[in-house]
Amino acid sequence: MSRNDERRTRPRDLAYLSGHELLSADDVGRALKRMAHEIVERNHSVGDISIIGLQTGGEPFARRLAELLGEISGVTVPFGLLDVSFYRDDLSRNPVPRSAATVIDHDLTDRTVVLVDDVLFTGRTIRACLNALSDWGRPRSVQLAVMVDRGHRELPIRPDYVGKNLPTSLDEAIVANLDGVWISKKEPS
Amino acid sequence: MIRTIRGKNLLSLENVSREAIVEVLDTAESFVEVNRRSIKKVPALKGRVVASLFFEESTRTRLSFETAAKRLSADVLSLAVASSSVKKGESLRDTIATIDALGIDAVVMRHQSSGAALQVSRYVPHVHVINAGDGLHQHPTQGLLDAFTVRQVLAERNGTSGVESGSELFQGLRILIVGDIRHSRVARSDVAAYVTLGAEVRVAAPGTLLPVDIAHWPVTIVDDFEEALEWADVVGLLRLQRERGSGSFVPSLGEFTRTFGLTVERARRLRPSAVIMHPGPMNRGVEIDSRVADLPSAVIERQVANGVPIRMAVLYLTVAGSKEEVVL
Repeated sequence: MSRNDERRTRPRDLAYLSGHELLSADDVGRALKRMAHEIVERNHSVGDISIIGLQTGGEPFARRLAELLGEISGVTVPFGLLDVSFYRDDLSRNPVPRSAATVIDHDLTDRTVVLVDDVLFTGRTIRACLNALSDWGRPRSVQLAVMVDRGHRELPIRPDYVGKNLPTSLDEAIVANLDGVWISKKEPS
Repeated sequence: MIRTIRGKNLLSLENVSREAIVEVLDTAESFVEVNRRSIKKVPALKGRVVASLFFEESTRTRLSFETAAKRLSADVLSLAVASSSVKKGESLRDTIATIDALGIDAVVMRHQSSGAALQVSRYVPHVHVINAGDGLHQHPTQGLLDAFTVRQVLAERNGTSGVESGSELFQGLRILIVGDIRHSRVARSDVAAYVTLGAEVRVAAPGTLLPVDIAHWPVTIVDDFEEALEWADVVGLLRLQRERGSGSFVPSLGEFTRTFGLTVERARRLRPSAVIMHPGPMNRGVEIDSRVADLPSAVIERQVANGVPIRMAVLYLTVAGSKEEVVL
């Protein structure tokens, strides 16, 4: 296991073992291309877009989307990573999450920020993320792109770009990365 | 062995495992980034109260703890002992009870008596106690920030990051600690941190300034200081603690400087790559020559700068994962 895997808060590897494949790597690739086109279509000026990936699950999708936007529009889209560990509202209820690096090297004031994550679930990570973003300026707008929307929102948050809508039950776990999307029953803990 | 400091007290580094130390160092790395932002504040400890009780004077430890707590959005209660009821003879127990009655989540405490932080942790078991130096015993956050500084400097030279390197850079690293070991809580915490991380530690000091139990320490005593200088990858100097009477353990300050001070001539014997450290405050011209303290290989200011992220990491890990939090 690489160091990066150890940092993850979600039981990815466990899910891999018993998981059932819902999307293949090709499906994920096609979904990302479609999302990139949707982003270009909706935002007239690609030059104003900043792609921000959420640590750690959103990173590969964010990188790929930034590349695709560059290919489509010919403009280099600034890319950043955000870790929201210190902004969570459940710090006293759950074990302290392992923090990962935040890398945002430009002021986000007046930019169109596209947040990218792997799975949208309760919406609490995105809530934390919106709080965190305000420390880097006042974006003109913030949009949300996720590979999988699995439902069960606890906050009034909705995605703008979705790779795949997957209605799930609470005892299921979803794993999404560039190699595909898997679903599995959570091990009883 | 403590496997993580999450939700616990931090009283000493002697019983803290390698993985727990690495966890603090890695978390501090995230806070280095927070300290570089234009808005240097995160809401992790919003609504928590951290009391800072310094019964002994301090500049950098107190300031960096209070800065750390504020950057985590905690409220800070700061007791200025010199102008408090302690001066009227209030006992430690009553002082703590009074502060606890105001509602606190953590106490950062420095005291002239060894074991004071442990004692306080028994008085207020529901509060996280962080030892900021107790007598001759321990100064855990100094040990952590020294280890953090060493890892940071070596990782930069190797072109990697501290987080990536884990504890790798400490394996077989040769660290020499020089000076007033006897009266130094910093030396005790440094030795615990470095040895736990995998380094080899040697100590050099006049016999009178070695602690009586040095035989039980996981270190080697150096016979020839000059030779040890050529051996070391890192040289950690200590302040000659005259307020603890160490002046009477050496014939004269001049003689101490001649035999164990890091003079310009001795600094020339060091390997070019050797890192020079000092926890401050320095007695320039006693344990370290002023010109040596200003060499590029002396990372003394970086140690001070790293105090804030390390203390943020310690407060975050101990306080955020609260131990007896009632979830309503």
